[in-house]
This record gives sequence, C-alpha cells and structure tokens, in this order.
Amino acid sequence: MIVEIGHYALALAFGVSIIQALVPFWGLVRQDRALASVGSSAALIAFALVALSFAALVTAYVRSDFSVGNVVANSHSAQPLIYKLTSVWGNHEGSMLLWVLILTLFGALVAISHNSLPPRLRAGALAAQGLVAVAFLAFTLFTSNPFERLSPAPAEGQDLNPILQDLGLAIHPPLLYIGYVGFSITYAFAVAALIDGRIDAMWARAVRPWTLLAWTFLTLGIAMGSYWAYYELGWGGWWFWDPVENASFMPWIAGTALIHSTVVMEKRDALKVWTILLAILTFSLSLLGTFIVRSGVLTSVHSFASDPARGVFILLILVFFVGGSLALFAWRAPLLRQGGLFAPVSRESALVVNNIFLATACATVFIGTLYPLVLEMLTGAKISVGAPFYNATFIPVMVPLLLILPLGQSLAWKRGDLLGAAQRNAMAFGLAVLAALALIAFTKGGPVLAPLGIGLGLFLVLAAGFDLAERIVPRASGWRAALSRAKGLPRSAWGAALAHAGIGLSIIGIAAQAWSTEAIAVLKPGERLASGRYTIVLESVTPRTGPNFRAEVARFQLFSGGRELAPLEGSKRIYTARNMPTTEAGIRTDGLSQAYVSLGEAQDGGVAVRLYDKPLILLIWIGSIVMAAGGVLSLSDRRFRLAVPKRAAPATAAAQPAE
Amino acid sequence: MMLWAILAAMTGAAIFALLWPLSHGRTQGFADVADARSLYRAQLKEIDRDLARNLIGASEAEAARAEAARRLLRAASDEASPAGETEPSLRRRRASSALMLSVVPLLALLVYGLYGSPNLPDQPLTERLAKAGPQQDFAVVLARMEAHLAANPADARGWSLLAPIYLRQGRFDEAAKAFAAAARHSKPDTDLLAGLGEARILEAGGVVTADAREALAEAVKLDPKNARARYYLAMAKEQDGDGDGALSALQQLLADASPDAEWAGAVRARIEKMQGDAGRRAVAALPEGERQQAIKGMVDGLAARLAEGGGTVMEWSRLIRARSVLGEKAAALQAVKTARERLAQDAAALAAIDALADELALKETP
Repeated sequence: MIVEIGHYALALAFGVSIIQALVPFWGLVRQDRALASVGSSAALIAFALVALSFAALVTAYVRSDFSVGNVVANSHSAQPLIYKLTSVWGNHEGSMLLWVLILTLFGALVAISHNSLPPRLRAGALAAQGLVAVAFLAFTLFTSNPFERLSPAPAEGQDLNPILQDLGLAIHPPLLYIGYVGFSITYAFAVAALIDGRIDAMWARAVRPWTLLAWTFLTLGIAMGSYWAYYELGWGGWWFWDPVENASFMPWIAGTALIHSTVVMEKRDALKVWTILLAILTFSLSLLGTFIVRSGVLTSVHSFASDPARGVFILLILVFFVGGSLALFAWRAPLLRQGGLFAPVSRESALVVNNIFLATACATVFIGTLYPLVLEMLTGAKISVGAPFYNATFIPVMVPLLLILPLGQSLAWKRGDLLGAAQRNAMAFGLAVLAALALIAFTKGGPVLAPLGIGLGLFLVLAAGFDLAERIVPRASGWRAALSRAKGLPRSAWGAALAHAGIGLSIIGIAAQAWSTEAIAVLKPGERLASGRYTIVLESVTPRTGPNFRAEVARFQLFSGGRELAPLEGSKRIYTARNMPTTEAGIRTDGLSQAYVSLGEAQDGGVAVRLYDKPLILLIWIGSIVMAAGGVLSLSDRRFRLAVPKRAAPATAAAQPAE
Repeated sequence: MMLWAILAAMTGAAIFALLWPLSHGRTQGFADVADARSLYRAQLKEIDRDLARNLIGASEAEAARAEAARRLLRAASDEASPAGETEPSLRRRRASSALMLSVVPLLALLVYGLYGSPNLPDQPLTERLAKAGPQQDFAVVLARMEAHLAANPADARGWSLLAPIYLRQGRFDEAAKAFAAAARHSKPDTDLLAGLGEARILEAGGVVTADAREALAEAVKLDPKNARARYYLAMAKEQDGDGDGALSALQQLLADASPDAEWAGAVRARIEKMQGDAGRRAVAALPEGERQQAIKGMVDGLAARLAEGGGTVMEWSRLIRARSVLGEKAAALQAVKTARERLAQDAAALAAIDALADELALKETP
C-alpha cells in the first residue's frame, strides 16, 4: 500500500504543479496578489507530495519489496542497507525521482523565502519553476515510472551495478543534482524577469544566493565524481574529458560566469541582458547534460538502461525550455532598461573579461563534447575528442584568465587603478615566479610546463591571501583592530578569496600530476615493485567474502624512501548476483600525495599489479572543497539574510575596494 | 478500500491547501512601493551600522544613501496599475478554484489509473519469507534456503539440497560452488563429489576440466561403482582422444548396471553413437583399396538389411546416395524403386526419395 500511495502522490504532484505553473502566472498578468500567492502553497504541496513519493520508494528498497520492478532490477536482499538506499538513485527511474524531489525542494525554498524576494519576482519564478516540474514529472510518470509493479514478484533482485556499489555514489548524484536543479531557480528568475519586463539590482541580489548554492553543490558533485572515478575505475585517472563529465562541467563554467556577472549587476545595475542570458544558458546546459547522459546518445555507467522514447521526450523538454526561453529573451530583452557605462579599468570591466573568457572556455568544451556526437549522427564516423583537444583549446583560454584574476580582484569598482593593482600583486607574482624557477632548477630535465602550472596555482593562492591581508591590515593599527576589521570584512569577500585560492590549490594538484609515475609487474608473494617514491612488497593474496561479493585481497607492505608506511590492500571483487568483477584500488595517503595500487588478472601464480605514485593529488580535491567552502561563506553573507537585499556601492573611487 | 480512502484524503488535503491562499490572501495588487519603502528603511539602517563600525567612510555612506533613495524613486515610478477591483478579482478566484478542483483530482486519477496497481499489496521480503504455507512459491523457498545458508555457511545438508536445484536451473557456477561447499563441510561423500564434477563440466560447456576430473576421481576412489562419476570419466577419456578406452569404460559401466537403472538407456545410446563414430574412423584409416572394399561391405550390409523389409526414409536415402556415389547406377535405381514401393503410404517420404533421385540424376533410361 505504501508503494501505491507513493505512486499516487507523484501523480497528484503532477496536477498540483500544473496549478503552480498556471495560476501564479495569471495572477502576475492580472496584478492579482491572491492568485499569485497560490504559487507558494502549490510549491510547498508539490514538494510534500514528491517527498512522500520518494519516501515510499526508499521504503520499498529498504524492505526489498520485489513486487516493484525498479527494486528488482537494481537491488538485492543481500546488499548492505546503505547500498539499498543508494540503489534508489543508482538507476534511471529512481534518479529521475530524486531530480524531481530536488526540483520541488527548491521550489519550496523559494516559496518560504518571504523576506528576501519581491513578491512579483517570486510569483513569476514559481510559475516558471512549476512548468519545469510539470515537464519532469510527466517524464518520470510516463516514461520512467519507478513504481511499476510485478506480479508475481520475483524472489530475488538483480543487484545494483557493482561499480555503483560505493559510498562515492551515495553522495555524488544528490550533490550534482542539487547543482543542476539549483540552476533551474536562476533560470526561473530570469524567465520571471523577462515576463515582468523589470530587472534591477534587486533581481541580482535575489538570484545570487541560489546561484551560489547551486554552484557550490555542483563543485562538490563534480569533485566527488572525479574522486570516485579515480579510486573506483582503477586507472588512476581523475578526469577523462568524458562527455558525461563535460556535461556537468559546462554548467559549472557557465555558473561561475553567472556568479561573477550577477555581482556586476548587483553593484552597478549593469550587464543585465547578458546576466539574464547566462542564467538561461546555464540551466540549458544542465538540461543538455541530462539529455546527453539520459537519452542513450552515449553509453556509459550513467546512462543505465536507455530507451529511445526517453531520449525523444528529454529532447522535447530541452527544445521547449531552451527554445522557449531564448525566444522570450529575443522578444523581451530589448525592453529591459540598460545599465550605466563603465570605465575600462575597473572591477566591473575585469569581471566582464572574466565572463568573456569563461564563455569561451565553455564553448570549447561544448564543441569538444557535441562535435563527435553530431559528426556521428551525420556521417556515422566515430571520433573521440580527448585530452589533446582540451589541452590545445581549453587550457590556453583558462591560463590568461587565471593570470589576470588577482588583478581584477584588487581593482576598485567604477574607476580602478591598474598600476596600483599590479603593484599590490607584484609580491605574490614574484614569489610564484621564484617558486616556479626553483622547481625547474630542482627537477632538471623533468616536464617544463608543470613548474609553471604550480607557479600559477601558487600565484592565485598567495594573491588571494595578500588581497585579504591588504584589506584587513593597512587601515587598522594593532592586532585588535586588525581582528575587528577581519570580522567586519563581508563574508562574501572571504568567500571570494577562498574560492580563488581553491582554484589555485586545484591547479597545483593538477600540474603536479606531470610527475606521477606508473609501474606494472606480475608479483608473487614476497616480490617488490617500485614506482616513483614508493615501493610495495606483496605480502599475501587471500580470499574474502563480503555480503554480496567475493574478493581476492592482495596485501602489500608500503615503503617510501626507507620508511615503512601503513600497509595497503587492493582487491578484485566478484559480485555474485551479476557475476561481475570490480577493482578496488588500494590507496594510501602520504601527506598530500598518494600511493595507488590496482590489481589486474592473476597469472602464473602471481597477480598483475599496477603501482602509481601520485604526487600532491589530494590538492585537486582539497582545492575543490576550498572553492565550495568559499561558496558557502559567500552564501552565508549576512546581507542576503536581511530584508534589505541591496546596498549601494560607495560612489567614491576609494583606493580600498569596498565590498 | 483503505487505500482509496487514503488517496482521497491526500487529494482533499492537497486541494484544500491550494485553495487556502485564495480565501485568505490579500486582494490588492503587488504593494511594491510599500515593500520598497520598508526595504529603504532597512537599508538606511544597514548603512548607518556600517558607518558606525567604521567599515565605510562618511562620504561613502552619504553616496550610498543617495543611491538607495534613487532606487526607491525608480521603484515607485515603475509601479504599474493600481490594485485590482473587487468584482473581476472575485471572478478570477472562482475560476482558479474551479481549475484546482477539477484539474488536480482528474489528472491524478487519470495518471494513476493508467499506471497504478491499486490491488497489489506491498510485499516486503521478510514478510514473504516468514509466511509459511504449503503453496508458497518455489522461488521464495529457494531464497529462504539461500538466506539460511548465507547465515550458516557450514550447513552441509543445506548445500547438498541446494546444489542439485541450481544444477537443474542451469546455474552451473552456483551449483559447483554449492557442491563444493557441501563436500567441504561433510564427511567424504561420493555423490557430492560426482555432482561437483558434473557441475564443473557443465559450467565449462561440456569440457571435462582438470578441476572436474579431480572431483570425479575422488568420487570413484570412494565408491568405484559411482555411475555418474564413471560416465563423466569415460567422457574425459573420449575428449583426450582415447575413444577405445572410453568405449570400454562405458561398456563396463553398462555391464555393472542393474537392469532397471534409469540411466542405462542414456549410456547405451552413447555407446552406439561412439561405435558408429569409431567404425567411421576405422574405415577412414584404411589404405585406399581396402577402404573402398570396406565401404562397399558396409553399403552391402545396409542393402541386405533393408532388403529383408522395413527401413526408414533416412536409411533408404543413405543407401541410394551410397550406391550413386560408388557409381553403381543400376543398384541405385533398384534401391529407389524398392524404396518407393516400401514407402508408398508415406507421401512426405516419397517426395523426399524423388527429390533425392532428381538431385542424383537417377532417371530410368528408357
């Protein structure tokens, strides 16, 4: 009965979402506040219903109710409880339900944020968001229904795809979805602004926390996915420029641009049309990502079962929302009031440059992702666009952007002083160059670009630190005063500095991978293998039995330069229900570096072993977490919580860039 | 019934919550000016606070105040039409209430009616397993056994019950594991070992692997009379190229069998097939002249047997073909004629013989 209640709740949510899309819109057109306020209650009810539905599906999974087809296909009674839970979204139907759940959750959050949103904007945004919910509820109900029943029920399920039976998967999709779906809110705000024909700094203030929230989660989701691929796929790679990864990376780049352009809009009441367009494009890229991943255009871990009907349905959703919003944009955008002009050397101009570079970078990824697909559709030729393409296109765009980032960060609003900004960053730049030169000298004959990359990363980190110090120290005299100024500095300033430093950390980690090494050998117990700084000695290979798998576990002693580290274990598992093997890499963290062991086939009484030395690799993900922390700090900036969502920028060209 | 009551209650609650703001909402339009005014006041407070904390200078604060005031004025001038009149607003509310009262339940019922299964109860696994009864389905019993064995992996009896079931279901891999587990946890048992051998052979697609042979040899050591193990060991010999050895092993097996053994038929069929194969191999190994002789002898033997009466369409076809290939056209024609007489009742057989005659161009020369 619980299953059926969940199913009905989903159907009911569909009807409620239609009301959410229609009535507030009518209210907006007729200037009727009572009608408009229906949007809020509809959004809350829709969320409650979808949550009920999701809870019903979770219950079915936890209780191994094999009368539900979705449970049979993706669960097994012997799975540990945690994987029974993650199985809920480890498949197409369940993950669509999660998508809708997060979509309606965001709708509910907009509905309850009474104080920070102008009512007209809220009504319009809820209507647009309701329309998105209608589309995805229809998609879930009509083509991907997780509540389909089987009678008679099979006695046992088919188990979740073993490589998805992992803690990484438990958190990766929800994080990513919060990111994707969060951008639906900015999209809804953009559409509301276009319909209403009014857009101002208030709009930017209203949108900014949502953008930050989505961006923060998307950052974490991408980082988590990358770390998952790193340890679970057993290749030691952390980013593959795989279309599925790009699908999440494109909205991230566009979202990053959006965060920066909304700042300009907030402070200067300018760049409105571009910001609106970006908001639309960001969500469109999220939808495109969903389409690429879910339509079966690609086959990958993520596509689960693909079905042409689903592909067509998502394509229709994509065309409707992207095409519709762009048409609306073409029609209404010229009516928006343009903002003021700004000086070429100023914070806002620097942010425009940032946007241009980010848009270009996003376009290169877009081309690299879609070109092979389009080519295959037109000519049937299969080509793969991989790292060489992106090294030649994406990186040359990003490097100059990152180089001028600290400059822009220390320019003042309205009228900046380029020379002063350069001077302020000279120290950080000098230190970074010194570090790079020292590295080149130290690692003579090694890769040349890597020390430069590390220098760039270091520059970003140092510049972010110096910029903060600059704001805190000079005007304050004494330790106490500095502390109070540090407290007084808006949290968004801290957030920006953290996020920029996070990028620097990630870049250091990425550049350091040029020094990673790999060694392969067939080892018998007692034999050793060395790669880079690490040496392993195979101790034993023993069988082990898990709840729903059997494993051959190889235990290694690990040495690094004469000192012995904690031993590490790698294993190959066979999941019995699907008879499918997986590799569990053995990873030992040593400072910021890792020794990574991956097992191959057993042969001639030995076992094939790969050993990698991954110097500073943890920085890649630590950097992402620092970026996300920056996002959270900005998000918690007190000014968003106040009923006053806007504050004017000081009009004077103060040497001190005010935040 | 219970389910429908709950669904009806859910629908009612949802619609009620949708209608609520219509009856309690404010009728006037969007009071943006009022909102903006309160925003402006709060904003001034914030500017003052920043000034007090020495975050901004006095001139900056002044400029910020001016900017905020400008924005307030613009918001006021933007404010469009005034509050809606009562009459049309009332009509709009009625219309949207009607919309809610119709669209929401109708759509929900339609969609749920299309895809839902209101008559199926939940079937959580523990409940299904706990439910005792003679007519519980086999799959559930199996699942229960598996669950039991997962918890008590040393239960040899359980494994020995489960293994043949897997074998019959074609889950050879699991059958082999179950046999192995049973054998490991019990006294040496010839049947279990023979079963293990069989499962491993089937898992390998009929090839007697070294693993399988080991298990079979063990079984025969325990009980030299174990028929299953001996049968598969004979197969192993055959696969090793020792056809004669295999044949004699099978014949020995048949000789030892009690007359009512149900597997005797299968062994006999196997022996016959192997003898046929062996005869063909023997003929092929002869020198050229002798081979012709031997073949002719075999064909004559077949002809003599058919001449005594009976014979299937297959046997006749073989004879006709053999005569034709040996170049004995007259004898072939004779065979066609006799075959047509013998098989006169069987239209399909006649057609087959005629077709064969056409193919071999066996026409009676007038």
